[in-house]
Amino acid sequence: MRGTLRELVRYPSALAGLAILAFLVGISVYALVAIPYPEAVRLWSGGEAAWPRNPRNARPEWLNWLWGGRLPRTLVVHSPRVPARERDLGSGVREVQFDLPFEYRYRRFPTEVAVFVYADYQEQAPQLELSWRTPTGSELRLADLTPRRQDIYRLSADAELRRNLGGAPEQMLFSTADRPGEAVPGRYTLTVRAFLFEPGSSVRAELVVYGEVYGLAGTDHLRRDLLLPLLWGTPIALAFGLLAAVGSSLSTLLIAAVGAWYGGWVDGLIQRITEVNLILPGLPILIMIGTLYSRSLWVILGAVILLGIFGGGIKTYRALFLQVKEAPYVEAARAYGVGNLRMVAVYLVPRAIPVLLPQFVTLIPGFVFLEATLALLGLGDPVLPTWGKVIEDAYRAGALYVGYTYWVLEPAFMLMLSGLAFTLLGFALDRVFNPRLREL
Amino acid sequence: MRGDPLLAARGLATWYELRRWGFLHQGWVRAVDGVSFQLAEGEAVAVVGESGCGKSTLAKTLLGLVRPLRGEVWFEGRRLGGADDWRWYRRRVGYVQQDPYGALPPFMSVRRILEEPLVVNGVSSPSKRRARVVEALEAVQLVPPEEFLPRFPHMLSGGQQQRLVVARATLLGPRLLVADEPVSMLDASVRAEVLQLLRSLQQSHRLSVVYITHDLSTVRHFCERVLVMYAGKLVEQAQVTDLLREPKHPYTQALLAAIPDPDPENARRLRPVPPGEPPSLVRPPEGCRFHPRCPAAIPGVCDRREPPDFEVGAGHVAACWLYEGARTVTAAPAVEGGGSP
Ligand SMILES: Nc1ncnc2c1ncn2[C@@H]1O[C@H](COP(=O)(O)OP(=O)(O)OP(=O)(O)O)[C@@H](O)[C@H]1O
Ligand code: SF4
Ligand SMILES: [Mg+2]
Repeated sequence: MRGTLRELVRYPSALAGLAILAFLVGISVYALVAIPYPEAVRLWSGGEAAWPRNPRNARPEWLNWLWGGRLPRTLVVHSPRVPARERDLGSGVREVQFDLPFEYRYRRFPTEVAVFVYADYQEQAPQLELSWRTPTGSELRLADLTPRRQDIYRLSADAELRRNLGGAPEQMLFSTADRPGEAVPGRYTLTVRAFLFEPGSSVRAELVVYGEVYGLAGTDHLRRDLLLPLLWGTPIALAFGLLAAVGSSLSTLLIAAVGAWYGGWVDGLIQRITEVNLILPGLPILIMIGTLYSRSLWVILGAVILLGIFGGGIKTYRALFLQVKEAPYVEAARAYGVGNLRMVAVYLVPRAIPVLLPQFVTLIPGFVFLEATLALLGLGDPVLPTWGKVIEDAYRAGALYVGYTYWVLEPAFMLMLSGLAFTLLGFALDRVFNPRLREL
Repeated sequence: MRGDPLLAARGLATWYELRRWGFLHQGWVRAVDGVSFQLAEGEAVAVVGESGCGKSTLAKTLLGLVRPLRGEVWFEGRRLGGADDWRWYRRRVGYVQQDPYGALPPFMSVRRILEEPLVVNGVSSPSKRRARVVEALEAVQLVPPEEFLPRFPHMLSGGQQQRLVVARATLLGPRLLVADEPVSMLDASVRAEVLQLLRSLQQSHRLSVVYITHDLSTVRHFCERVLVMYAGKLVEQAQVTDLLREPKHPYTQALLAAIPDPDPENARRLRPVPPGEPPSLVRPPEGCRFHPRCPAAIPGVCDRREPPDFEVGAGHVAACWLYEGARTVTAAPAVEGGGSP
């Protein structure tokens, strides 16, 4: 085994494959440790509610390098701890006022503006007046609201405000009449004036000016950070590919060995089942299972393994085992009393490892891609953040038509990377284990 | 022969079925066809005969690796019938094959290879296994054992491989060793050493040995008795010295050519190929199977009736019509084309 490794690293392709694989495994470990499974599922299937402060369909932040920093980042402004002004209006009514100022440095408009309100009260909610001041000094009344204890006021979605401003609020609020297509950089202020009707009550606010870039990977249409499925998709893809490949090739190997060893009707039966299985269409069966039974990744995994057990590999392995069966060492083993089961498991199967291992490694990407294919067909796991799901979402949103290329390219890149790793490794393993190939 | 037989073959017949397309019966290869002999405890017997006469098949039949069509194998007075008998027997018999590399699983280390027989025969304590393995390696002079334990078969020389095979065959403390041409694939330089090893193991453990060979010159050092096999049958059985001095069966005589040799030990050698074609085992000649090639064939007898075993001397048996009746105990006929009726 150590010799194999030593020989393996002589192939640059193996080194590259191993390096990529190490990277993917690193990502997997990081994902599993940094974002525990329940948390990942909550963040992913919670939808928008889990990521209210993220912009929708934001590009990855590093794209700003190419754009010369022109893409606005999201700004979050918190209300001050102590209100700028507090006045007792008598009969238990207080007036509180504070400013949420921020510096806007971009020529491009933000994608959305929202105010998050946190009101603390027993029965009677406070009343809020929001107003807006631009760098040019013009002041504007935005809205009056009576917030729930936790509320989000989305300026961009306020139809009345839109009517009053005569356009999309996130644009009208940032531009002047003479240059309507461009944001004016400078200091903006949101002023919150609140009337509190209860002695102990208080109010806080948070202004979010949504930008066009977010994080390392950007976000999708549900404001979800794409880093989550990219990270978490890695261990899922590796596990799916690995388990499917291990499950199907080990069982194939075992069954082929059993058939070759026992011969007779056992062998005949295995051969017939294999032939029938080979003409069964795999993908349609998986689609049926996904549609009619369960879309859980693990159910699909089980089905993939079951379909793979009596795969075409059986014929190859059987031919190999029929040869091995005649080997003198098998005869010797029978002479010292090795029984049938041990013979198959300990004497026949290991002999096929050199053939199996490279094949096994090159099988993995196929299964990884299969998961993505199923997701694209709408049969992806409903709760797991996988690469396939990202591609499916992007596809449904027409991402490529509306210019969100990053949305498709990122998961595609990960898929390609894992495919590449296993393929490179598989080819090198094949050379190491089956030296005759070297001459071919 | 000394004492009660350890092993007895009674009328063994092992035929291979010939089939076309895997199912159409085509006939039988009568590789072993009516073989009976006995082997005493501690005795070494050689089986000689030309290639394809069924020596290996006989060995496999004796080991229970192929099932005979007819006949019985008895061991220590017990008839080997059911699976239990064979399981009991397997611990008491060792098998050394011709091709040492092929006889060793290439993916197992020396240690695994030697542990396997112990594991399958119920030695479950790892420390006990290890002790036995080390002991076995020392017994075949693969020393120091620690150096050999982690090696794989391809890291051993041919002679070392065959010594490992011998170690494995003797690991369970067998009473009987079946060695099928154990040195024919080895370099001439290591043959003597492996044979020496087999001999010393045989003597120190009072092992009985069935030694299958082409090479009669090694038989003299190694065996007390010789069985000459021809076309699936034993044609002559005798003590080595008797056989070399006075071969009775015309086939044996043809096999032995007088070669002048300064070393009297090698006065007679096995000819590699006796003149004539070996017979078909699918449709063997009627009567005596040697008659198409036999210079002494008796027309009307040898090609009609099969010769039974005739006692031609003390412990000397030949299946040849030349020794029918009164001629049973006559003196040796001339070496070539001896007496006719
Ligand atoms: N599995 C088999 N199926 C059919 N025929 C077989 C089989 N094994 C051996 N034979 C035939 O049986 C005959 C005896 O074979 P066997 O191997 O016993 O000869 P042998 O005396 O050991 O020869 P050699 O000295 O070359 O090893 C040969 O004609 C061989 O072709
Ligand atoms: S029986 Fe006849 S044919 Fe056969 S060996 Fe004797 S003399 Fe020759
Ligand atoms: Mg042979």
